[in-house]
Formats: sequence, C-alpha cells, structure tokens
Amino acid sequence: MEQQLDGQKPVQKASPEMIHSLFLINHSGDIFLEKHWKSVISRSVCDYFFEAKEKAEDPENVPPVLQTPHHYLISIYRGKLFFLSVVQTEVPPLFVIEFLHRVADTFQEYFGECSESVIKDNVVIVYELLEEMLDNGFPLATESNVLKEMIRPPTILRSVVNTLTGGSNVGDTLPTGQLSIIPWRRAGVKYTNNEAYFDVIEEIDAIVDKSGTTVFAEIQGVIEACVRLSGMPDLTLSFMNPRLLDDMSFHPCVRFKRWEAERVLSFIPPDGNFRLMSYHVSSQNLVAIPVYVKQNISFLETGSCGRLEITIGPKQTMGKMVEALMATIHMPKSVLSVSLTASQGSYTYDITTKILIWDIGRLNPQKLPNLRGSLSMQTGVPKPEENPSINIDLKIQQLAISGLKVSRLDMYGEKYKPFKGVKYLTKAGKFQVRT
Amino acid sequence: MQEWANQLCENRQFGSKMTDSKYFTTTKKGEIFELKAELNSDKKEKKKEAVKKVIASMTVGKDVSALFPDVVNCMQTDNLELKKLVYLYLMNYAKSQPDMAIMAVNTFVKDCEDPNPLIRALAVRTMGCIRVDKITEYLCEPLRKCLKDEDPYVRKTAAVCVAKLHDINAQLVEDQGFLDTLKDLISDSNPMVVANAVAALSEIAESHPNSNLMDLNPQTINKLLTALNECTEWGQIFILDCLANYTPRDDRESQSICERVTPRLSHANSAVVLSAVKVLMKFMEMLPKDLDYYGTLLKKLAPPLVTLLSAEPELQYVALRNINLIVQRRPEILKHEMKVFFVKYNDPIYVKLEKLDIMIRLASQANIAQVLAELKEYATEVDVDFVRKAVRAIGRCAIKVEQSAERCVSTLLDLIQTKVNYVVQEAIVVIKDIFRKYPNKYESVIATLCENLDSLDEPEARAAMIWIVGEYAERIDNADELLESFLEGFHDESTQVQLQLLTAIVKLFLKKPTETQELVQQVLSLATQDSDNPDLRDRGYIYWRLLSTDPVAAKEVVLAEKPLISEETDLIEPTLLEELICHIGTLASVYHKPPSAFVEGSRGVQHKRLPGSTGSGESVESPDTGSAAGVSDAPPAVIPSQGDLLGDLLNLDLTPPATTGPPPPATSGLQMGAMDLLGGGLDSLMGDESEPVTTRRERPPIPLRTGTPQSPQTLQQSPSPPDYSPTELGGDLGGSSAMGAGFGAAPAAMPAPVSGGLDDLFDLGGGVGMPMGAFSPPKIVWLPAMKGKGLEISGTFARRAGVFQMELTLTNKAMSVMTDFAIQFNRNSFGIAPAGPLQVLTPLSPNQSIEVTLPLNTVGPVMKMEPLNNLQVAVKNNIDVFYFSCQYPISMLFVEDGKMERQVFLATWKDIPNDNESQFQIKDCHLSSDAASNKLQGSNIFTIAKRTVDGQDMLYQSMKLTNGIWVLAELRLQAGNPNYTVSLKCRAPEVSQCVFQSYEAVLKN
Repeated sequence: MEQQLDGQKPVQKASPEMIHSLFLINHSGDIFLEKHWKSVISRSVCDYFFEAKEKAEDPENVPPVLQTPHHYLISIYRGKLFFLSVVQTEVPPLFVIEFLHRVADTFQEYFGECSESVIKDNVVIVYELLEEMLDNGFPLATESNVLKEMIRPPTILRSVVNTLTGGSNVGDTLPTGQLSIIPWRRAGVKYTNNEAYFDVIEEIDAIVDKSGTTVFAEIQGVIEACVRLSGMPDLTLSFMNPRLLDDMSFHPCVRFKRWEAERVLSFIPPDGNFRLMSYHVSSQNLVAIPVYVKQNISFLETGSCGRLEITIGPKQTMGKMVEALMATIHMPKSVLSVSLTASQGSYTYDITTKILIWDIGRLNPQKLPNLRGSLSMQTGVPKPEENPSINIDLKIQQLAISGLKVSRLDMYGEKYKPFKGVKYLTKAGKFQVRT
Repeated sequence: MQEWANQLCENRQFGSKMTDSKYFTTTKKGEIFELKAELNSDKKEKKKEAVKKVIASMTVGKDVSALFPDVVNCMQTDNLELKKLVYLYLMNYAKSQPDMAIMAVNTFVKDCEDPNPLIRALAVRTMGCIRVDKITEYLCEPLRKCLKDEDPYVRKTAAVCVAKLHDINAQLVEDQGFLDTLKDLISDSNPMVVANAVAALSEIAESHPNSNLMDLNPQTINKLLTALNECTEWGQIFILDCLANYTPRDDRESQSICERVTPRLSHANSAVVLSAVKVLMKFMEMLPKDLDYYGTLLKKLAPPLVTLLSAEPELQYVALRNINLIVQRRPEILKHEMKVFFVKYNDPIYVKLEKLDIMIRLASQANIAQVLAELKEYATEVDVDFVRKAVRAIGRCAIKVEQSAERCVSTLLDLIQTKVNYVVQEAIVVIKDIFRKYPNKYESVIATLCENLDSLDEPEARAAMIWIVGEYAERIDNADELLESFLEGFHDESTQVQLQLLTAIVKLFLKKPTETQELVQQVLSLATQDSDNPDLRDRGYIYWRLLSTDPVAAKEVVLAEKPLISEETDLIEPTLLEELICHIGTLASVYHKPPSAFVEGSRGVQHKRLPGSTGSGESVESPDTGSAAGVSDAPPAVIPSQGDLLGDLLNLDLTPPATTGPPPPATSGLQMGAMDLLGGGLDSLMGDESEPVTTRRERPPIPLRTGTPQSPQTLQQSPSPPDYSPTELGGDLGGSSAMGAGFGAAPAAMPAPVSGGLDDLFDLGGGVGMPMGAFSPPKIVWLPAMKGKGLEISGTFARRAGVFQMELTLTNKAMSVMTDFAIQFNRNSFGIAPAGPLQVLTPLSPNQSIEVTLPLNTVGPVMKMEPLNNLQVAVKNNIDVFYFSCQYPISMLFVEDGKMERQVFLATWKDIPNDNESQFQIKDCHLSSDAASNKLQGSNIFTIAKRTVDGQDMLYQSMKLTNGIWVLAELRLQAGNPNYTVSLKCRAPEVSQCVFQSYEAVLKN
C-alpha cells in the first residue's frame, strides 16, 4: 500500500529527519523489530547491510557507516544485536551512533539485559520508548530518569496487577525533570536510607612487546555513582590528586566552571545509577603494569607441532592481590589441538574459533602459574607467519592503579546525614602481550 | 514472525503470560477479523489489549492497515496509554489511508486544547507526523497556539513540528508566518526550546540554501551560547553545528566564542565533543598565531580527541576519520600522541586501517623508530588487507622520513624473505617508490627482488618490478631475459604492465643496444600493431619514431633524470580539506567527500570555507599549513605552480605516490627550452596579464596518424631531427607536440605532372550534388581527468550552418563541484579564437557531464604552429587552470564561398609554381566520383569540373580558407581502384599536408 502511494507521487523529497528508521537485527541476520519515524522504508534496504556483514565475516568487523544508493546505514553492534538506523540526509554519524547506544542502554536499564528475547517480550514498551526517545529525528527524552516517569519499567508484579486491574504502564503527567534546568533529576525524591556510593573503576589498556617492554599504556577511568538521596542534594566530591587526570568527560550535572577553577566535582546528582565522569591517564610513567608475562610460543619449521609455555608473575601490584586472572590466545588457523598442563587453573581450546583460554584465578606470588605443553599442527601447510597475541584479563580490588583517591564528599542543600562510600577497582582493559 | 512467536511461547510457558509476546500468538486465519471484534469491544481493557496486538504486528512489519477505522475509533479515550498506542498506529498508517485519517482530526484538535501539557504536546507532535495534505490545513491553528503555549514542553515540541510541516508543505509554513515565530523562539527563556528552534530552523534552512533564515548576528550568537550551557546534549549538538556556520567579525569575537565553546570538549557525549572541535577548528583560523590563546587552544584540542579513541569502536571509527582530516590541517595538535594510534589486536578491522593511516601522517624523525617497530609487528598479522596496508606504510615511512629509509628497506627485505605472496608484492611496489625517492642508494637489493619475479601476479607489483628492471637494466645481467619472459604473455597483461614493459624495454635497448635490438622491435610491434589501446599505441609510436630519428635524443628523453617524488602522499586536496574541516563530524567527514557529492536530494549546495585570518596585521598563515591551504577567496592562480606541471608531465603509470614537489633546480633552464618546443611563448596564452611562463604546461595529445608506420630502419634515414629539448620530456612518458610533429612530417612529394589538358575541363559540367553535412570528427579526450584534477574534456570541431565551433563535453570526475569555467586559446596559425564565453551556467556536479558548444571566429592573433592545425587551449575552473592542445581538421576553416570561377581556377592553377604542388594517395576509398564530390562539398570543398579520361575520373576542386588562402585540387579516381590520388596546389604549400588529411577524413567518413 505504501509503495503504491509512493508510486503515485514520484517527486521524492529528501526527508529531513535525522534517523528515519531503526531495524533490530540478531546476529544470524533476522530483522526482528522495525520502527519508522516517518514513512515506512522497506526492509530490503538492510540487504546492503547483510552484504557487508557477509563480507566482514566477523560481526565486530562490519563497518559502522555504510552508503547505499539512497540511504546511509549507521549501525552499532551491542550484545550480539545490530541496531541499524537508516538515514537519508547529512547527519552527524556520531550523533546517530551515540543515540543508538543510548537506546541500547535504555533497554538494558529497563529490562535488565539487551537481548532479542527480552525485546520481543516487551515489544510494546520498546515501541513506546522509541517513540518517546525520538521525534522527527530529534532526540526527545533520553535520560532514563525522565523516561521512567513517562513509561514505567516492567516488573512481574506490575504486569500481573495491570492485567488484573487494567492499569497502565504509561505515566500521565509530565515528568518534572523534562523542563527544569536539571532535567536529569526528578523532583520529590524520598528515601528512608539516604546513601551515595561511588565506584572508581580503572581499566588498563596496554600493549607489551615480546621482550616485556611496554609499547603503549594508558588508563581509562570512570566514576560510577549510585546515589539515593532525598530532595535536592548538592554534592561536592574532591580528590587528593586531581592533577593526575589528563582528559575528563563529565555527566551534564557537573559544574564545569568549578572544576576548571578548583578541581572539585560539584553537582546535583541524578537519582539512581549514573556515570559521574570518565577520565583518561596517558602519561606512561603513571601507568603501572600489574603483571608480567613470560612466554614462548614456537612452531617448528618441519613436522607438525609447536611448543607453548607461559608464566605470569606480579609486577607492579601496589601490594594488592591480583584476581580473576585470565589469558586468551588467538591461535593460528593451523593449530589443530593443544596438549598442555596448567600448574594452576584450567584451560580450554575452542577448535573452531582457535581461541585458547586459560582461566587462572588468583595470582599467587609464591607459586607462579604456568601453562606448558605442545601444540599439534595441521600437516602439509607452511608454518604460520603470524605470532599469536595474548590478551590478559585481571582484577585488583581496592586499588585505582593511577593512584587517584577521593578525599571527601560533602553534601549541601539537605539536612539529613547520608551514608557515603567509595570503592576502587582496577581491571585489565585491552591488555595485550605480543609474542 | 509467526514461527518465532510460537516458539517463544512454547519456550516460556509461564513467562509468556506476563509479557508482550502473547500478542504474537494469534495464528488463526481470522486474525484480523478477531482483532476487529476486540477493537470494537465495550471493555476498555480488551480494547487496549487489542491495540497492543495490532502494534505488535506492526513492529514486525506485518500489514494491519485494514484495521484503520477500528483503531481510530479507540482514539477518544482518557486512557493515556491507549491514546499513545493509537497515535503510534496512526503515524504508521495515516499516509496510506488519507481519507480515514481525516476522521482523527477532530480528536487531535481537541487534544491540543487539553489541560494536560503532555497530551497537548503529544497531539501536536503526532499531527505533524501524519503526512497527509488534508490534515495539514487543520494543523495550522493548533500549531500556532502550541508555539505560544505557556508550557515550554509544548513549545519545544511545537518547534519541531514546524520543521515537519515545512517538509510537507513549505509554502504553507511561510504563508502562516511560522518561520518568524520559530525565529522568535531562539530568544525563548527555556534552553530546550531554543535548542529545538535552532534544530528546526537549521533543518528548514538546509532545504532553502539561499534563504536568510539563520540570520546569525552577534546578538543571536550570544543567545545561542547562553542556551548551549543549559540545554540537553542533543540540543548542544544542534547549537554547535549552527554556530559553525557563523563567521565572526574579527579575531576578538572569534576568541570569545572559542572560549565559551571549549568546555563542551569535556562532555561525555562524543557527538558534542566532535561538534565543538569543528567550531574550534574553524574559528581558530581567524586567531593570530602569535596569540597566547591560540597555543592554549591547540593544547586543549588534543586530550578530547585522544579520549574519543577509547570509546566504542563505532565511535572510534568516526573519530578517526575526522582526526585524519584534523592532522592534515593542523598536524601540531596530535604530534605527540602517536601511541594512541597503535593498533590493538582486537580492534575491528575498520579501526585498524584508519589508525594506520594516521600513524603515517604523524610519523616524524622523532617517533619513527617506534612506528617502524609497530608496522613490522602488524605485517605479521592475519588480516590480509591490514597486512598489505602495513607493508605499504613502511614504504611511506621511508619516503617521509629520510633518516629511516635504510631501516625501512631492510625491514622490507626481511618481509620479502617471508615469501608470503601478498607481502612480497606490496613490498616490491613500495620499494619502487623508495628507489624513486633515493636514487642510487639501495639498488643493492635488486638481486633479492629479482628472485621473486615469478611469484608476482598482481598488475601493480608486476609493473613495479618491470619498472625496476628497466630503470636499472645496466646493473642486472639478465635484464633482457627477465623482460623477455614478461613479453610472452604481453596481450594478457593489464595496460599498466604493458606500458611499463614497453618503456622498460626501450630503456634496456638504450642502455644495451647491441643485444636487445630484437627485443625492442618485438615490443614496438606488439604495442603499435597488435594493440587496441590508444595510449599504448601512441607511446609505441613515439618511441619508435624517437629511436629511429635520433637515438641520442631518445636516450636523453627516455633516460632523463626523473624528479624526486614528494614526501607526503594521498593528501586531500587543500580546497577539499578546507571544506571538509567545516564539515567535521558529518557524513562528509567520514567519506572525505564534500556533502554535495553524495547526499541525495541536497537542495542547493553551499560550499563552506574556512574563514580567513583577520585582526592583527601580521597574522599570516602558519608555515605548517602552507600557502596552498590558505584562504581561497583569491581567484585561482592563473599560472600553475611548477610542481603540478612536472607532476603531470612525468606522470608515471604507477599511480601512487603523486609526483609532485618542487622540481630539481637544475631543470629550470631546460624548461625554457621546452617552452620553445611548443612553438611559441605560452605567455600569450592567458592574454596580456601574465608574465613569461617558465614552464611547460601539459602534454599535447599526439596526433593519431592513420598511415602505417615505417620501420625503424627507414626512419633512421630521415635527416634533421626535430628540435626539442628532450630532457624535459621525462623518462617514462615522452610525447610532446614536437615529437608528434616530427613523426608526422612526411617527405615532400615531388610535383607530379597534371594529367590531361586543363582546357578540356570546362567541357564538362560540374556535376555537383546536394551538399551533405560538413564532416566533424568524433569527440576524443583532450584532457584526461587525471591531468585535469578530475576535469575531463573531450571534444571536436564542427562547422554547422557556416559557423565554426568547438563542441566540448566537460565531465566532472572529481569529488567536488566545479564552477567558474572559462576558456582561452593560444595564438595559432589561423587566428582561431572563441567568439564568446564558455557557456557553463550551472555548477558541474561530480559525475556530471555537460555538452558545451563554443562558437569560434578567426580574428584572433596569429602565430604559426607546428603542426599547422595545432591549437593550444587553456581551460580554467574554480580548481585550477588546465592546458591541452588539440588539432582541428583544416576543413573546418573552408568557407562557404570557396567555389572558384572556372576561368580563375585555370589561371591560378597555371600561375602557382609546380614546386608548390603536392601529391598524396588516399587508400581504401570506395566512393563513386559523384559521391565523393558530394561528400567533399559538404565540407566546402567544391568541385568545379569533372573530366573522365580512360575510365579515370578527375575532379577539379577548390576551397578557400578563412584567411583567404585558396587551395586548388585535382582528385583522380578510377573505378575499381580503391586508391585515389590528390594533387594540391596552393600559394602557401604548408597547408597541403593538413588539407590532404582533411580530404582523407572527409572521404572516409
């Protein structure tokens, strides 16, 4: 029907809106939801995307911006799902990508996960949310605080109650935050237990070369907050050593001028969970590398085998325990199987993806974990050229590896005394050891 | 859909009760019917459930439009959720049911008056989404009220609605004065309303490029900057993008805007950050470089750009594409940040490739060791594309950073030793470039390269290897064998390889003439006789003629010293770069193409330019950006810089890297020589204004002769080589008008006795038939796009209804729009000049072609050209000035009154000395004498008389050139003999050759 009408009107005007349509696609390539903010665009437009997906082999490698004869396809890949938006005019692609991530975040927040099944289970809410988040291509309400007042998140209980009473999961008053100059906070918040928790989480991104030299290292830090405070609290968070930070991005609630002048975070917090700031430490001498990896992976020129030996030991752990240690190795295609012995933990080798995972657990400095043994190779093919790379995962509790420390948190504007807490955690981000 | 819905239900027997998946379970045939019944149910709850089912079907792409009236009936309700659901449905289907949609209007109008602002906003918002003309009329009044609503939430929604309405009916929006109301909203007290008004206005302005909608002045800018601090992240993007279109009055205003925009660099939303970067990059142009603030700003830009690289990969990709532009414009911003571009193992491939590009751009002496170590690491990765690019990058490092060249070469050699096929091929391609950059330095590696000859199967690698063998033939003992091995499959090779092979063998011959004579003969004949490729043939002929006329000159031409290649390759052209900097963060910046090049339906194209530096006097362009990247308001330089010219001249077939860069100083004297060779000072080319030109412009196309080439042996006999300055012509290409001329110079034929008594002539009536259309040769390419920075010109000459004209096809093969076309001719043999301007009224968009007819006259300045009918043309556009030469059939200059009186003909024929007579053969012509006569008359060659002797027809003909020169001719043809003889007599015998060519062309067409 739609098509016929288009046919009668051959003058195709460029559609002005930014995001024309959204398709949700699972990783096997089925479109399971579509939303059009204006006219319906045939899902055949996704064929270009499928073509690119085919070509990329790995879903992670599908280019995020694709050009088709009449549209642009901008997509993100989250939780094994593609969020594919169709745009027709010149738009800032980052705008679209940020928005798509926001949509995924919202689903996560509403349904606890962002998966095909959960989206299908809540398709009407999903539809209502999408309509509320975007109007004519302009983002309308993307703050979860505001959204939650307009469209209530599902709970089992509410579903039952709604079914019985005919209640609604749509709010019928205008969210208060929507218009105030603090759109992120709803009014009239009340808690019996007033509490504010902050998690300082740092990820180490590093490339370490064969010889153990750090080629590149930086720290990506975030401060995640969980604030449940009544009324309109005005908080000030200060650091012992704020000058460590190279580049910061703040939640809109943070008063930038005060940060510039005094290096303190002053803000009226949103209610609930939010990311207060993210930061970046790139000066190399500040980035401690917590573990070292001694490795030797070799493939014999003749014959069909190779050797592998990996030992991991502590380097700069600031006296803390390294936990959840894990090594992931992408083996060359010709490695058929492995026969290894792990002194600690266990290993698995996936023969289809060629990924060797050694799950070590806690790092004991007295007895270093070691993995050794032989690799059996496909015969008749030349010895692999590439050197497998080892990716390390680890966690260190109660430590921000950059040395960042919160000195105090003050609250103004409310009389009660909140419960406050700060936790630190260091993780490996993209931590790669070359062999 | 059905299947998964069923499956879902089976899988979650209990769960499905609680979730929306239950709406998918109806699989019975009468589904629509059932829904219809439910929608019309009296029970509110049942209704709502039914609407939900309908919506669920809609989301999976099922057509439920048949339920339109029933769903619309549910609209009048106080249940907000039900209302919203109905609205959702309406937006989807109203367009396909316009008459039904009218039913909803009353409810909309009523809802726009609802006491609840949420409902008012929802109604106006939904109404705007219903793209039905009939509805828009009813929308105007509610919209007007909502734009002035007391509640900002409603106002902000209404602002967007104006943009929606404008898209449906622009005229209506203007007539109703909504645009003015929208402009007023820029001063609204609520920042969210301001942001939406800006967004709506920007969107409308995009469809009206010339309207003065976004009338930006310091007052509005101030309002925008105030709103910027307070509105939502999305609003900030709209405002920043709008600010980027403003041009500050002076550097002070520029600085104050920058100061107020800088805090946005710390925003968590990367789109805000990038939009802020755009504003700053643009306004920075206006700041004096010696200002402290300028330095501060530069420092502030680096960290946020680096931070973008730790975001999700999709964001990283867009950021990297933009950083690629930024480092080209202002390399100083990120020069210390090399390491963040190091590739991580699990980066997606599209991120890896972009990072690699930027690494090369940032490579310098200070960081080259690290960069090289990285590149070597990458060259052993798995992904083929990535590895190839890494190998190429090593070569680019060598060329960019001289100190590293040696290390790069040894790295490349290591990689060649791996024998991985594609690595070897890439390495050879880049080593070729390294040889060109550092001649006589690394040739010791040639032996290693030669070992890998057999494994090369890609044209680019083969061509590179052949080039190396040819260039260093004297050092390779078995060069002839190597080249000969390629020759076997000559016709299966790509053009690139064929051309290279031809040149290489000629080089080899010049270096080792004794052993390779046979080889060179073989390749020349393969190239000239067995190939359909005009480039290959032309080049073959040139070499052939060159070798046969003057081997010494050939040596100087072919083995000339080549200019060094420039350091930086594949830089974006400066004007395009400027435009792209103005579009940071947009799709244009991702594709590195101007928006006009690819956005469908972009109505009217405005090219954005960086503002010039104003304010304090000494704020000149910083040296790092170079003058070429400077302000572009100045008209394009009339005289192209020498670098460009040399680049064109010496254009290797091997594409990258561009051979630009300053020419070696030693050649300047030779360039003067080269100028002479064009048969006249080009200084006159551009009229009076130009100073003497010190360089040659463009290779004139070589005339394509139809005659079979003589063998080198006979040619070698011909004396007096043409006077040229060969060194200028460059190694690989050769070819200039001079050589063309030499090639075409036929030995003057001995005057042949005119057979038959002329007195008999007049006994016969001139059997002249109806004139046919004048001959016009088919269009050929005069200026290839490669030489014309994307402008391709092909053309021909024609004489239509007595008007001499040039017919051109201009094709834009570049990525940016071309405008401001103009044309000029150099002085030429017949004073041909344009009779009017070049009529290209509309800008030429990329991939567009335009046919232009340029009327010509012959009253311009005269200078004898070689060949006589050579015409040197300069075409200017907004990008540059381009030069080419072309040749017109002299028959274009034959005037309509060229029919001589018989008596006069007779007298004149006798009067012209026999020495002035030339005789030519036209082969393979199968026309009767009448047909021939007819054809010729079409081109103003008039038959005055015809005589038949012994079965041989003799046509006596005359023609007059525009400058009054008469040419008399006798054309002899014999039935059954396809060979005609033409004898030409003229007081200016120089024209005979050209006239003969015209004869041949006319008769054979």
